[in-house]
This record gives sequence, C-alpha cells and structure tokens, in this order.
Amino acid sequence: MPLLLQGVSVQHGQAFALSDVSLTIEQGQQIALIGPSGAGKTTLLHTMACALRPGLGELTAFGLLPWSLSHAQRHKLRARFFLAPQTPPLPPRQRVVTAVLAGCLPQWSLTRALLSLFRPVEPDLAWEALSRFNLQDKLYARVDRLSGGERQRCGLARLLMSKALVFLVDEPLSALDPVLSLQTLSVLQQEAHERGATLICSLHQVELARCHFPRLIGLRCGQLVFDARSSEVTDQMIADLYRHEPAPAASLEVLR
Amino acid sequence: MNRLPLPALKYCGSGMLVRIQHPDPAWYPRLFGILTLLIVLWPMLVYSEFKPWILFEAQSLAASWHFLASFAPPAHSGEFLHLLLVATWQTVAVATAGLTLALLGAIPLTLLAAESLSVSQIETGRMRLAGRLVRQAARWLLILLRSVPELVWALLFVRIVGLGPTAGVLAIALTYSGMLGKVYAEILDSSESQSTQVLLKNGASRLAALFYGSLPEAAPELISYTTYRWECAIRGSVVMGFVGAGGLGQRMDESLKMLAGSEVASMLIIFVLLVGAADRVSTLLRSRLD
Amino acid sequence: MMRTAISRQTALLLLGLLLLIAASFYSLVLKWGELFSADALRSGLEFVRGFSPPELAWSFLSRILDATLETFSMSALSTLIAVVFGVVLALPASRRLGAVPYAVIRFLLNVLRSIPELVWASILLIAAGLGPFAGTLALAAHTTGVLGRLFADALENLPPAPEASLRINGASPLAAFFYAALPQAMPQLLSYTLYRWENNIRAAAVLGVVGAGGLGQMLKYHLSLFQMPQAATVIIAMLAMVALVDAISFWLRRSLTR
Repeated sequence: MPLLLQGVSVQHGQAFALSDVSLTIEQGQQIALIGPSGAGKTTLLHTMACALRPGLGELTAFGLLPWSLSHAQRHKLRARFFLAPQTPPLPPRQRVVTAVLAGCLPQWSLTRALLSLFRPVEPDLAWEALSRFNLQDKLYARVDRLSGGERQRCGLARLLMSKALVFLVDEPLSALDPVLSLQTLSVLQQEAHERGATLICSLHQVELARCHFPRLIGLRCGQLVFDARSSEVTDQMIADLYRHEPAPAASLEVLR
Repeated sequence: MNRLPLPALKYCGSGMLVRIQHPDPAWYPRLFGILTLLIVLWPMLVYSEFKPWILFEAQSLAASWHFLASFAPPAHSGEFLHLLLVATWQTVAVATAGLTLALLGAIPLTLLAAESLSVSQIETGRMRLAGRLVRQAARWLLILLRSVPELVWALLFVRIVGLGPTAGVLAIALTYSGMLGKVYAEILDSSESQSTQVLLKNGASRLAALFYGSLPEAAPELISYTTYRWECAIRGSVVMGFVGAGGLGQRMDESLKMLAGSEVASMLIIFVLLVGAADRVSTLLRSRLD
Repeated sequence: MMRTAISRQTALLLLGLLLLIAASFYSLVLKWGELFSADALRSGLEFVRGFSPPELAWSFLSRILDATLETFSMSALSTLIAVVFGVVLALPASRRLGAVPYAVIRFLLNVLRSIPELVWASILLIAAGLGPFAGTLALAAHTTGVLGRLFADALENLPPAPEASLRINGASPLAAFFYAALPQAMPQLLSYTLYRWENNIRAAAVLGVVGAGGLGQMLKYHLSLFQMPQAATVIIAMLAMVALVDAISFWLRRSLTR
C-alpha cells in the first residue's frame, strides 16, 4: 500500500492547512483531488510526497514511516514519488531536453548527471516523453521560449522520465485549453495504468474529474469533505464543496 | 525538424553501438568551443609559467614551511604594536585624504561630463560643438585618469615627490577621481532626469539644476558608491606602501624582505580586521540611506 | 521622535566622517609645498617630458609584446582558477551544506578577499619563486575570495522552487544544484566573472612591481633606472591591453547573456 494517512494535520504558521485527514490509497488507483482554492490540495500532495512533515498524525508510505527514517533513507523513499507542481519551476535558460532529463536524476550517478549537462545522455528518451505531449519539436528549445501550456507539459514529460510509482500531480491542466486538457490527462492516466502506478491529481475541472477518475476526494478548508467513488458523488455534494464562503485562503510555500 | 545529417553514435552497456535518433544540434559547436578553449589555454599556461609542481618540490616546501612556521606566534611586542598602529592609521589616512581630493576633482569633471546637465541640448535638441568638445575632453581625461593603475601613479609620484604618503594620496586622488567621475556621470544620466530638464528649461543654471533636480534623487546611489570606493581605497593604500608610499604596505614589504614571519602574521591579521572594519562601516553608511 | 533620533545619529556619523577627513590631512605629513614649488614643478615637467618620445625600437617592442602576453595569461588563467574554486566554495557558502561549513568557508573567503593581490604575490613569491606563476596564484587567491562571496550571495538569493522541486522528487542535493540552481544563476555568475577579469588585468599589470612578472616588472625596472621612454611604452602597452580586455569582455557579456 503506497500511502496511508492517519489523522494528518499540517500547520502553516498558526493556521491549519490540513486538519485531521485520514486516507487509504491502494497501488494503481487513480484519484482526483477537488475543492475550492486554498482548500489544502497542494499541501496534501506535498505531504504525500514526504516534502512536508505532518504536525500531527501519521503518514505511512510503502509500509514505512518516512519521518522516523534517517535523512538518507527518507530521501531514497522520495524517489518513489513524483510531485509535479502546478507551474513547473524550470530554470528559464535551460534547454527542454535537460529539463526533461532532470526527471532521471534520482536514478543517475552524479558523473552521469554532469556529463549530461555537456551532452544530453539520453535525448531519445526525452524525445519520446515529449512526443507523447506533442512537444517533440521543442526538444532542443530553451525553456523560456515555451508558452505557459508548453512549459506545463514539459514538466509532465519530466514525470514520464522518472521511475516513480506514485504520481502526485498538482493542477496539470491549469494552462491548457479543453482539447489539450483531455489529451494530457489521458497520457497521464495511460502512463499510470501501464506502469501500475498510482495517480493522484488535483483538478479544478470538476466535470473532467467526475468522468475520468474512479475515485474523488473533496477537500475544503483543510478538511476531508468526502472520499468516494465518483459514481457516488452527487451534484449536491459538489455544490456544497464549492459553496461560496469568504474564507481566508491559506497561501502556501513549497519547502524541502 | 532540422537535424544534423551526421548520425551520432552512442555506446550501449551491452556492447552495441546504437544510433541516437535525435542528436543534440548544439553538440558540435559546443565541442568546438571547448577545444578552442583548450587550445587557447595552452599558450597561456606556458606564458604564465604555470608549474604547480614546483610548489611541492622539497626546496620550496622547506622554504614555505620555514616561513609559515615562523608565523606563530604573531609578533606582539609593545613597540611593534605601536609601530603597527601608526602604520595602520597612516594607511587609513592616506585612503581618506586621497578620496577627499578625488571627490574634489571628480565633481567638476562630472558636471562637465554628464549629459543630463547639458544646457545647449535643450536649446537646440543637440549639443553645441563647443559643449560637445568640452564634454568629450572631460570624458577622455576621466578615462586616462582611471586607466592608469593607481600603483603606476604611485610609482611615478614617488619619483617626483620622493618616498612618503604624499605619493600615495596623489595616486589615489587621480585614479579615484577618474572612477568616481565616470560613475557619478552615469548615475546622474540614468536617474530620472525630468525634474532636471524642467529646471534647465526654465532657465536654471547647471549647478541649480544639479542641486534641485538630479542630486536629491541620485544622492543615495552616489553616497553608496563613494563609500564602496573608500573601502577600495583602503585596500589600495595598503598596496601602495609596497612602492614606498608609507603605511602598512611599506612595513609589510620590509618584514617580508627580512622573512620575519611573525611580523607578517600580525600584519595580515591587521589587514583582515581593517578591511572587515571598512566593509562594516561602508555597509552601515549605506544602510543608513535606505 | 524616531525621526529626530535617526537624524541625530546621521549627524553624528557625518561629524565623525568630517573628523576622520580632517585628522587624515592633519596627521599626514604632506609635502604640498615641495610639490608646488617652482623647483618641483620644473623637475616634474622634466620628468613628464622625459616620457616622450616613447621607445619604439623593434627589439624593445618584442619584449613588450612578451610581457603583455604574460600579463594577459596571468589575468585570464587566474580568473579561470578562481571561477572553479569560487563555485566549489560557494556551495557551502550559500548554506547548501549546513551551518558549520557555511561559517568556516565564509571566514576563509573573507580572509582570501581582504588580503590584496599584491600582498598575496609577495607572500607567494617565497613558495613559488619569482615570476608570473606566483602572480597567477596571487590573483587566483584574491579573486577566489571575491568571486566565492559574490557567487554565494547570488546562489543564496535564487528562487528556491526549481531546486526544491528536484530534491522533493529524490534528486541528490548536488545534482539538484547543477540542474536547477546553477543554470538559473549562470548569467549573474558570468557577469561577475567578466567584471573580475577586467579587474584582474589591471592588477596583473602591476603585480610585477614585487617581482611577479609581466608588464609591471618591466615598468619598475625602467623607472628605477630613470629610463623614461621605455617606461612610457610600458604604460601605453598597459593602457592598450586594459582597453582590449574591456572590449573583449563587453563583447562576451553581450553574446553570453543574450
């Protein structure tokens, strides 16, 4: 079982970004994370990626307790997860091929990594990953020459390069038009399926989430509102989840 | 897609050579660049007699070791410390006096060189010939002043006025008036010059335009750069002691020639402290401006 | 209330500054009288007149060319060495390897930086012998201190997200540094490097004064023999070389930071 959360709470300063969240996630599941902005979706993904330490509660990843492991062991565990941030933070002057191949870094030795900076060691792999998002023409372009949508898909191509078993994807479609959104989502789902990997994807497009993901998790104000099969999620539940209420949105910093 | 016609080959773990389908188009230029660098590097290594191994020859190792061993303990007799104190003050004083004179020289040159203070440019849209010539002359003078290294100025002045701090003060004054003048003019030109222009258009004199227009806006930057240069001048005045312009440098030179390691050690400590203190003071002054 | 306190402090600071300036002029025995006496003016003019015409004999010019190339090599090589060590030392000095290495390396960089090139040269002469090698090492030592600190500051102030993102996904800290931090900081690092190179060419030109080779050594030699025409040629060569390096650096800056 890749992930088990028991009563997990995460604090940002005084406010709780997550409070008392318990979840069980089986290998190979495809889950959409929905909820209004500031609901704690990004925090939850970061917590699952062992990037944020829960203040309370317990996170179990692949049967291990990451935060009672040694630093090195925890870091090794992180290679089994791939967290794709909403706007992929890519160095602007880097070339796409290098940015994509950076997904291989956890497997590569330092020498190989350095060599690849002089001459990309596996450009064909990067080309294949990019071609699945229709970006193969940009293989040797510079990142700052890409549009927002292209950059986002470039970040996802990096995900394809990794050997992760859990994909944690934050708003992969935020910069894409509806047609590209569908294509991109299907690439992600197909890859997860072929690899037997778990896919957890936070989404703002509720309809897409309901059609394409068998399991939906609703978050609101850091709390779990529902965790159900998408066939069981009613319009009323969605309406309640997004019910307008002037709630202070917790801003979020990415950390180690 | 444009791709290189040459198929690049890649060695695989299994011992097979497979062709890379999408070779890096930047690889050959990059390789060429690296090779050029290496080819240029070679004569440079020859010219600078770059032979690191001589550092590890028994003779030089022994000499270095002997010298370094004499560093501890640093010289700290009362007499020597007093000497050091005097020399340190002289270093600071040379830097300060030199920079003050440099300031006196730089300000008029700046007024001449700065474009935003041109009156004729406002009248006709372009500068008058005479104005342009004066401006260009001022610029060339600034370039000459700062291009000759301060140590060369010091060497020349030592020949004219003899050994002692006067040569150091003059050398710093000349070099730094060139540096300050150039950067001041740049700062004034790049600062929002609208108010200056308005003043000049309404008949204000160049000085009035400077004081009421550009200066208030550019003041923090000007002061910050001046303090930074003061810090540099202290380092410079240490160095000028080596050609006989007094201060710590001269003492250092003497001690080094006598291979008096313990004296060198205390002077190095003083250097580090002095430069650290100048750094502190200059940061303090600059932070005061914000 | 606050305001007056601050302006009082500023006034005190200004007063201190004025005192410092006054004390400097007062304590230095400056020979203004001698400098501006008719005698000194005459000898000064004579001194300056001695510079023209500069020595232009072929045999001398070829020696000048040699010394110029030597000086140029010293500056370029030492900058290159300093870049390598600067990056290596900037890693711990930008808080990437923990608190203790941070403090130790920052201190080391400060020491390297506060000792001027010329002092380094005169110390290193003992280990490396007379000649350009000692000069190269001296320039490299001082420049490593300067660049190391500049690089470290640049690396500390980068947006952390790209590096953090790679590390969250399991990349080693060093790999994340090379794939995220370094490419981001690259334009700044290059710009600092060129700036230091421009500085080093000026320093290299004068290092010879203590016996570390290059144009400076020739200048000191000819000046000490009062051979003014030769000294003039050396100074012109220095100016030309500095201008050339400034031009190269300007061109590199434009083409590299594009």
